[in-house]
Amino acid sequence: MTVLTIRDALNQALREEIIRDENVFVMGEEVAEYDGAYKVTRGLWKEFGDKRVVDTPITELGFAAVGVGAAMAGLRPVIEFMTWNFSILAADQIINHAAKMLYMSGGQFKVPIVFRGPNGSAYQVSSQHSQALEAFYANFPGLKVVMPSTAADAKGLLKSSIRDDNPVLFLEQERMYGLKGEVPEDDDFTIPLGVADIKREGTDCTIVARSMTVPLAMQAAEKMKEEFDVSVEVIDPRTIKPLDVDTIVNSVKKTNRLVIAEESHYFASVGAEISHTVMEHAFDYLDAPVKRISTAEAPNPYAKNLEALALPDVDKIVAAVKEVCYL
Amino acid sequence: MAKTATSQKTETAAKNGSGTSPKKMAAKAESTNGKTDLHIVELAKSEYQKRRKSQLESIKKTDKKLLRAMLYQMVLGRRFEEKCAEVYRMGKIGGFCHLYIGQEAIAVGSMMALKPTDMVITSYRDHVQAMVKGISPESVMAELYGKEGGCVKGKGGSMHMFSKELEFYGGHGIVGGQIGVGTGMAYAAKYKGTDQVTLCFFGEAAVNQGIFHESLNMAQLWKLPCIYICENNQYGMGTSQERAMSTRNIAKKAEAFEMANEFVDGMDVMAVRDATLRAIERARKDGSPTLLEVRAYRFMGHSMSDPGNYRTRDEIKKYQERDPIVLFKDSLKESKVLGDKDFEKIEQEAAEAVEKAVKFADESPYPAESELMTDVYA
Repeated sequence: MTVLTIRDALNQALREEIIRDENVFVMGEEVAEYDGAYKVTRGLWKEFGDKRVVDTPITELGFAAVGVGAAMAGLRPVIEFMTWNFSILAADQIINHAAKMLYMSGGQFKVPIVFRGPNGSAYQVSSQHSQALEAFYANFPGLKVVMPSTAADAKGLLKSSIRDDNPVLFLEQERMYGLKGEVPEDDDFTIPLGVADIKREGTDCTIVARSMTVPLAMQAAEKMKEEFDVSVEVIDPRTIKPLDVDTIVNSVKKTNRLVIAEESHYFASVGAEISHTVMEHAFDYLDAPVKRISTAEAPNPYAKNLEALALPDVDKIVAAVKEVCYL
Repeated sequence: MAKTATSQKTETAAKNGSGTSPKKMAAKAESTNGKTDLHIVELAKSEYQKRRKSQLESIKKTDKKLLRAMLYQMVLGRRFEEKCAEVYRMGKIGGFCHLYIGQEAIAVGSMMALKPTDMVITSYRDHVQAMVKGISPESVMAELYGKEGGCVKGKGGSMHMFSKELEFYGGHGIVGGQIGVGTGMAYAAKYKGTDQVTLCFFGEAAVNQGIFHESLNMAQLWKLPCIYICENNQYGMGTSQERAMSTRNIAKKAEAFEMANEFVDGMDVMAVRDATLRAIERARKDGSPTLLEVRAYRFMGHSMSDPGNYRTRDEIKKYQERDPIVLFKDSLKESKVLGDKDFEKIEQEAAEAVEKAVKFADESPYPAESELMTDVYA
């Protein structure tokens, strides 16, 4: 085990996969000479050169399309969006092309591509740079959606995503790039897609959290233990699509209470999907209505106080846990 | 560059017989809406006359067997699409159905200049391209019928023919989307160091999409072996090019990217072939892209549901006089390459192939219900 930031864990995953498979290349804005807008690709261009690490013009739809075509023709592109906000310009290629190609071609053309970059809020970057887009993309069959919350998960899941034969959307979080965690040193360390992780075991209430809300949920769990002696289980699905339903449902069957914490907006969110899934599979086990903590139903504001008000935090999660525990 | 662009604009405006004032342009667009644009016909005719000699020269230099095969593919494409219209009206084909009638010289002229390992991608008007790349008429027709024997097992229909084995990267339904994907295919060929070129087809209306400009920029910037073939059939659905584009001259748009470009008469299959051969040479030798604007005319509606009230019968008739199949036959006859008996034989072969395709499609079963959920993920 070695301690790495999420940023460096991602960097290692990219480096190892570039070495492992000659068809893997990284493409995006500022990924090469500039070392990456958020330094995830730091040093890769110097080590591997222009062929494997490719700077693009600011042309999201264009380079997403180049990735899709190159993947159809046998390569394994890793396309970086400087942030997922800009992926909306490329949504036609992700949704209409990458997601549907295998099906439309009767199983002939695979699109083994990874689209990755930071998702969700950053620090006061206002409405157009603070969106969590997982629910939008998770709606489309053909796409996989991955959201790591620790350094080990970031590395293991990114390596699996690159090796996967499907289009995988890999959603990171800018606020989390500096978070440190233990990562196995094995070059072949991977984490399978579609498998949730129980980040903390508990018996009284389940919190399902992902990405940025996982560390918040862990703190909330600690607080509940200390202040109210409530034992909270924290589950991180890690992969939004396909979703590990069993792990979530089994946890709820044990704790009988569920809080979902997420960074996206409330309406039609992944949390709403999970809430429905639990209702479908564990209705009789629930002792309280499912509670969801999300970002406010407004575009994300700039002002520091308003931004804090809009986003999920430890106190909001604690309040939700108390509510479902009738405390 | 700026000077060229300005003089180009002036020239085009002069040809259009209109001034540069937007008001005048708008008034003109209104007055010509639904009427014959004589300017286009005259321009196309004079272009053809200029090329007539080169067409005969070109025929002389081309293998007789290949010429016959080219004519066969054009005739097959025509008869196949006519049959599609017929069976569509009988309810055998569902959804959208975009026919290629009038544009056969483009697919045949360009694609038959390729090696089998070269890659092709096109829009939703893809039946003929699919067949020229080697997909059997049976499996194209069965696909149109939504049957198991279709080239994508009934999952794609008219707009989505594919064959991985034959390097046919599909028909695509989002206007312009395939321009970027084709650029990526060429990117892969360069990355892997193969000698493959990519032919990327799209209509003139797709040129107004951002992806066209984004793709051409990258292709020239990175020197990708991609040949962009703009099939200018002059109408984006029911909107004429004149009403949708600030300039008529699409080939020259490549100059914004310093990309090689040519205007080609799309009624002349040999002109299309020759221009494609030049582009292929550029692609294979220097790995550099080309934009070909190939002007043709869609004899049928945009799709089978098109009422066609945006243009006159006269306009269609004028273009039909320059039918690419009739012209090619005339030239072949004049060159003494093929005669009436050969033409009859070709017609017969095409008719048989189409009948065989319809029979196959009729008899092929519908896909098993289990197919609904296969091929969603690899």
